Amino acid sequence: MKEQMYEEMVNAGKPKSAVLQNCARAFLVGGIICAVAQILYNLLMSAGFTRDDTGLLVAAILTVTTILLTALRIYDRVGKFGGAGSFVPITGFANAIAAPAIEHKKEGLVLGVGAKMFLIAGPVIVYGTLASVIVGIIYYFVR
Amino acid sequence: MTKHFGNASVRFTNPPSIISTAAIVGPKEGEGPLAKYFDKISADTLFNKDTWEQAESELMRQTIELAIQKAGLTTKDINYIFAGDLLNQNSGSVYGARSLGRPFFGLFGACSAIGMAMALGAMLIDGGFADNVVANASSHFCGAEKTFRFPLELGTQRSPTASWTVTGDGAVLLSSKGEGPFVTAATTGAIVDLDQKDVNHMGAAMAPAAAEVIKAHFDDLGLPHDYYDVIATGDLGIYGKKLTEQLLQDSGFNFCDRLTDCGILIFDKERQDTHAGGSGCGCSASVFAGYFMKKLHSGEINKMLLVPTGALHSVVTIQQGETIPGIAHAVAIERNM
Repeated sequence: MKEQMYEEMVNAGKPKSAVLQNCARAFLVGGIICAVAQILYNLLMSAGFTRDDTGLLVAAILTVTTILLTALRIYDRVGKFGGAGSFVPITGFANAIAAPAIEHKKEGLVLGVGAKMFLIAGPVIVYGTLASVIVGIIYYFVR
Repeated sequence: MTKHFGNASVRFTNPPSIISTAAIVGPKEGEGPLAKYFDKISADTLFNKDTWEQAESELMRQTIELAIQKAGLTTKDINYIFAGDLLNQNSGSVYGARSLGRPFFGLFGACSAIGMAMALGAMLIDGGFADNVVANASSHFCGAEKTFRFPLELGTQRSPTASWTVTGDGAVLLSSKGEGPFVTAATTGAIVDLDQKDVNHMGAAMAPAAAEVIKAHFDDLGLPHDYYDVIATGDLGIYGKKLTEQLLQDSGFNFCDRLTDCGILIFDKERQDTHAGGSGCGCSASVFAGYFMKKLHSGEINKMLLVPTGALHSVVTIQQGETIPGIAHAVAIERNM
């Protein structure tokens, strides 16, 4: 009872997140990242790479660039501005792996970098793989 | 139990004097509104060390040594050290006190640590078990983020109610002799938990504990509600302080204009982007040791109640779905006995 009343009091006093502004920023930052990827894709295709190779190369370039920007403490500022816009694309995934790896470097290469690297991205990999297996099985039967 | 009053309070018959304090903070705190009140502002968040954990311990050692030096004493004159921090197994304090070689009590009360340390230190001195006791609390933004939240380099947004852990340390040297200000009374808080689960809104988890201990302090000691010039909570932040005010008003306390919060004072919310305000053991400790002590010395404040607040959760308990238990301790500091 007391807890419920207090919960209402807490919620009444809570500032609202700027949802519209956050959405606009996410759209802008996410859009820029995807546009850069598209430009890279077009450039590589016109340089004569196959469609498969181009896809892999674009992902690799974005990942390596993000890791660099993470180490230079630039990507966290992009993330603070862009929110989901910079977290959802593959660059966000690269940042989520690089950031804990840097943070836990002092705990050694095995238990620090090696183990803690997947602190945030680990669940994404686990459940992403699981979901793809389930979808694959369903697809096999309903195809 | 002649010194024990009411449910949870003590009044000291030989109030210990605060013979010196020291406050050392990091660069961000040094850019805040209280910069001129701190003894030292380190430009280096690593304090010349290799890790955040070592940095906090170094900060802690330096601050304690400075407080001892300011009192004109040597480390050997210190009978006991009470110290708390936020790192696992109190490692910030433990490694900091390692080279000091004095009897040591490590405390965990989350961000309420300085209140706990001062109350226990004062009890020890009033009881005749010690002459000089150091009460200390420290926190480090980077160490706390690593322990409780995400890596610094991760690109995320902070909740509007989130607080910013202070990189800072406050050391308070209590003595059986001295000219004051004096620690005259203390109320020990019980754990209060009103089912709050949001670790990005710790002000809400701690606000009921702060209100409870303030009420208990006045009730136990039979003090008029306008007794203190200032009542300073630890790190409730903007939203938590409002909740404590509301809870106090609801129970008939009308001195809320005298209520302030160390977490709100230490940063400029707009300019420094600290959302709800500062937090961490070092928040109330450094703001008291730096800012409030100077106000007490100058006579701008004669009587104050320091109420450091703590959220007693761990990462594991929160992941298991537990709520955040809050705690707060009240320590009365007066210029005259």
